Amino acid sequence: MSFPKQHEIHTRRFSRNLGLGLVLAAFVALIFGLTVAKVTQDEFTLPDVNNGAGYGQN
Amino acid sequence: MSDASMNASAIQTPDCQTKDAGFGDFFALLKPRVMSLVVFTALVGLLAAPVSVHPIVGFAAILFIAIGGGASGALNMWWDADIDRIMKRTKSRPIPAGRIAEGEAFGFGIALSGISVVMLGLATNFVAAGLLAFTIFFYVVIYSMWLKRWTPQNIVIGGAAGAFPPMIGWAAATGSVSIESVLMFILIFTWTPPHFWALALFMKSDYDEAGVPMLTSTHGRRVTRNHILAYTIMLLPVSFALAFTSIGGPTYLVAAVLLNALFLRGAWTIWRRDEAAAEADGFATEKKVFRHSLYYLFGLFVAILIDATFRGMDIAPFTSWSL
Repeated sequence: MSFPKQHEIHTRRFSRNLGLGLVLAAFVALIFGLTVAKVTQDEFTLPDVNNGAGYGQN
Repeated sequence: MSDASMNASAIQTPDCQTKDAGFGDFFALLKPRVMSLVVFTALVGLLAAPVSVHPIVGFAAILFIAIGGGASGALNMWWDADIDRIMKRTKSRPIPAGRIAEGEAFGFGIALSGISVVMLGLATNFVAAGLLAFTIFFYVVIYSMWLKRWTPQNIVIGGAAGAFPPMIGWAAATGSVSIESVLMFILIFTWTPPHFWALALFMKSDYDEAGVPMLTSTHGRRVTRNHILAYTIMLLPVSFALAFTSIGGPTYLVAAVLLNALFLRGAWTIWRRDEAAAEADGFATEKKVFRHSLYYLFGLFVAILIDATFRGMDIAPFTSWSL
């Protein structure tokens, strides 16, 4: 059994889907990188949850 | 809707979208060539600022400024699709070529605008994000929708949109606006008209056919030549003023002297020429000045970067330079 030749519209859709997938993967990696950069900076402090304080109240 | 019925409806309505767009078509909506200037000037604004930025935060800032600039390009193409179909230069863009529907371009532009502004705010600060949001608004609403088809001063006022990126880069690093970033803004703002009018002198027919009021058609080519010289003279104090701020330095001062001399000589030659002389040599001077104007802006911003690098290395004449 032979498959019919892929229509050009599907080739273009594949390029769009692949591109979008790569962009989303890069976005996830960037957010991860940004998070690491932010939490390792000197001015970053964790909220003091032991005393019942929330974010920005430590 | 099946592929077959989609194709059938596309054949019946050739003005509508006739093809599924590829990834490259959406990238083309972002005006990558314009984006390169946005990226470069924003990067200089960010690196010249007297605050060190984490490399990943800096990268994210430039990326989201570029995406914001690209989003405004997509919205501009959505709004200008009717005139893009007329002009030779823009006929092959994704919307007039039928590869992307107008609604898709609008949705894409709006989505990217929102993502870029919010992400820039989260990655850096909301002064930079506010400036980016205003830049997108200015380019799309003030320039594209209002000024472009209404007044020959479109390029003068609309040039502000292209002048904001170094200010946004600076704000991303410092969280504020200062004299240095305002002067970088004014430099690009004053540079845009002579740069664009030099182009309009040898690309005349395209804008005429689309009904976009360019100074060359509404006030004549003699007036355009006068304006090019006037704006180039106005550029001098702005570009020299930057040399004596905290981001200026010996490299910038030397570059400003040389590049201003070149640009001024070109503008002077354009002013002295008449149409007969220009047509005789195929607008060679106008084309040369247009090219020089690109080197002018690129050269000045590279000089700012060089001075910032030497300042960072704590080399004497660079660290104690500003007044």
